[in-house]
Amino acid sequence: MIKLQNIDKVYRTSTIETMALNNINLAIDKGEFLSIMGPSGCGKSTLLNIIGLLDEPTNGVIEIAGEKASGLPDKKLSAFRNRKLGFVFQSYHLINDLPVLDNVELPLLYRSMSAAERKKLAAEALEKVGLSNRMYHYPSQLSGGQKQRVAIARAIVGKPAIILADEPTGNLDSAMGNEIMEILIDLNKNDKTTIVMVTHDENMSKMTHRLVRLFDGSQVS
Amino acid sequence: MFYNYLKITFAVLKRRKLLTFISLFGVSFTLTILIVTVSFYDHVFSAKYPDLKRNQMLYISRVVSKDSKSGGTNTSPSGYYLIKEYVSKMKTPEKIGFATQPSTINIYNPGGNKLRVFYKYTDANFWDLHEFDFKQGKPYGQQNLDNHENVIVINEKTRDDYFGKNVDAIGKTFEIINEPYKVIGVVRGSPITRFYSSSDIYIPYNLTKENLSLNHRLHGSYTIFLKGNSKQDLINIRKEFADIVPKLPFTEYDHWFKPDKHYIFADNYVEAFSRELFGDTDTPGLIKFYLLLAFSAFIFMLLPAINLINININRIMERASEIGIRKAFGASANTLVKQFLVENIFVSLLGTLIAIALSIISIYYINHTNLIAYSDLTINWKVLTLAIIFSFAFGLISGVYPAWRMSKMNIVEALKY
Repeated sequence: MIKLQNIDKVYRTSTIETMALNNINLAIDKGEFLSIMGPSGCGKSTLLNIIGLLDEPTNGVIEIAGEKASGLPDKKLSAFRNRKLGFVFQSYHLINDLPVLDNVELPLLYRSMSAAERKKLAAEALEKVGLSNRMYHYPSQLSGGQKQRVAIARAIVGKPAIILADEPTGNLDSAMGNEIMEILIDLNKNDKTTIVMVTHDENMSKMTHRLVRLFDGSQVS
Repeated sequence: MFYNYLKITFAVLKRRKLLTFISLFGVSFTLTILIVTVSFYDHVFSAKYPDLKRNQMLYISRVVSKDSKSGGTNTSPSGYYLIKEYVSKMKTPEKIGFATQPSTINIYNPGGNKLRVFYKYTDANFWDLHEFDFKQGKPYGQQNLDNHENVIVINEKTRDDYFGKNVDAIGKTFEIINEPYKVIGVVRGSPITRFYSSSDIYIPYNLTKENLSLNHRLHGSYTIFLKGNSKQDLINIRKEFADIVPKLPFTEYDHWFKPDKHYIFADNYVEAFSRELFGDTDTPGLIKFYLLLAFSAFIFMLLPAINLINININRIMERASEIGIRKAFGASANTLVKQFLVENIFVSLLGTLIAIALSIISIYYINHTNLIAYSDLTINWKVLTLAIIFSFAFGLISGVYPAWRMSKMNIVEALKY
């Protein structure tokens, strides 16, 4: 499903060069639930951003669903992200000026689809994460766990094949964190969605199929 | 999609009240001045009371005689000799008339109060060439001129100031510097910006103290009106007059100024106006005139636009996280540019609505105070169309750069905000 070959990521300033990722080779199967762990600053989020095509590698090739995804022009890259990928961020990244339903339908705005259909799919996604009763609330009116459930609803509304989650439980207490993990596991199991998750939490990683560990930008297991 | 853009625009406008106020104030204030200026342009250049036949007329407003040896130039309105000997013999105009430009004079009403008024000398045809609204009496005709009758036409304000409000002035004596005139007509006043026709007092030209029999003087104090019935008539009139100019005599005004060429044109109203300000000997300077108008409008919009660009950059940077989210979920740079442009144009259009309201108030104020007497500025569809075009241009100018800049933002960086 996802294939990374010889991925390097180097950050350069006028005085310093930092190797954030060093020769990463990784293959993730369709329907797999993979977690990435490692100490702070080891390159976990950088790797997730590169898999999610939010950032470009300095060297190497990315293939997603059989398509070479690196080096695409902006328009194709945007369409690719829109169709194939869904993101869940540690700090939710909801648009505070919009109500929950509008936040969830956001990925569908960039597809040719009627407003009624968008609303219907967004409502279904919210039902899936148990937030049908919060559709017209604003993010500021929700708890952390509810915000993350909205973020998951937004990630799945376009039915992407892959969900990339960057410490989705990082800002939540363990009970809420477990709730979120249950939703992700359910998505993986029932919808066969491939999930790549960055986490600091050993217990969460144990709930996934496979664990990749990074240290100083290199893959150690 | 469009509805979603508007929804977020409203939400952001509501959230940032101070920025919203500054943006809307910048847009509406700039546009108010532009709308009032355009309305004033329309007031000056459109065919309005009493110049309703302006589009069927040509004007000979300026006689330029040049002495190529000494480089000397004599510029003035037309002289009576030019009218009598040449223009009045033209075949193509349907009607020819003339009048002096308005001059001021102090007079005293019967109560001894000083009045400062405009007066002008006209021929009898002047009244046929303009559509004055006579509130009392009638205009003077050729018969009155032939009989050298001391008759005048005055406007309502002059009547009110001289005789008293709404007094029937017909047949009453009106004294101008110890000379008694009989009032024969009272017209509704017109703004002085229509200076070929506007005045407080109209006097038959042959009552002037000026010596009309001065030989060969092309220069004088008259604007000549040439009326045609169609565009083709106006072309023919121009041509006929252009053929006359080379035949005009050269008068040796004195021994060091010997003109050897005349530059005299039959112009339409805008050309005649432009020729006074920007014209050279051959052209009426229309290009210069329009360029100046366009440049002034551009500069006038550019300065607040630069300010708004700055505000917009801050406003958009504040939404960096939103930009990151939208990009992550599939918005391309172009889509984002479109979204922010729509938002900006929407804000500009909102500003336009406020500007139109402010303009109506400003125009009401101009029309109902004595800022310009008899002014009748209006907001018509032409003014509104221009306002909306300006608003669009303003929205684009102040939105394109910030929108383009933020659309290029790196997603990971944007999500850090």
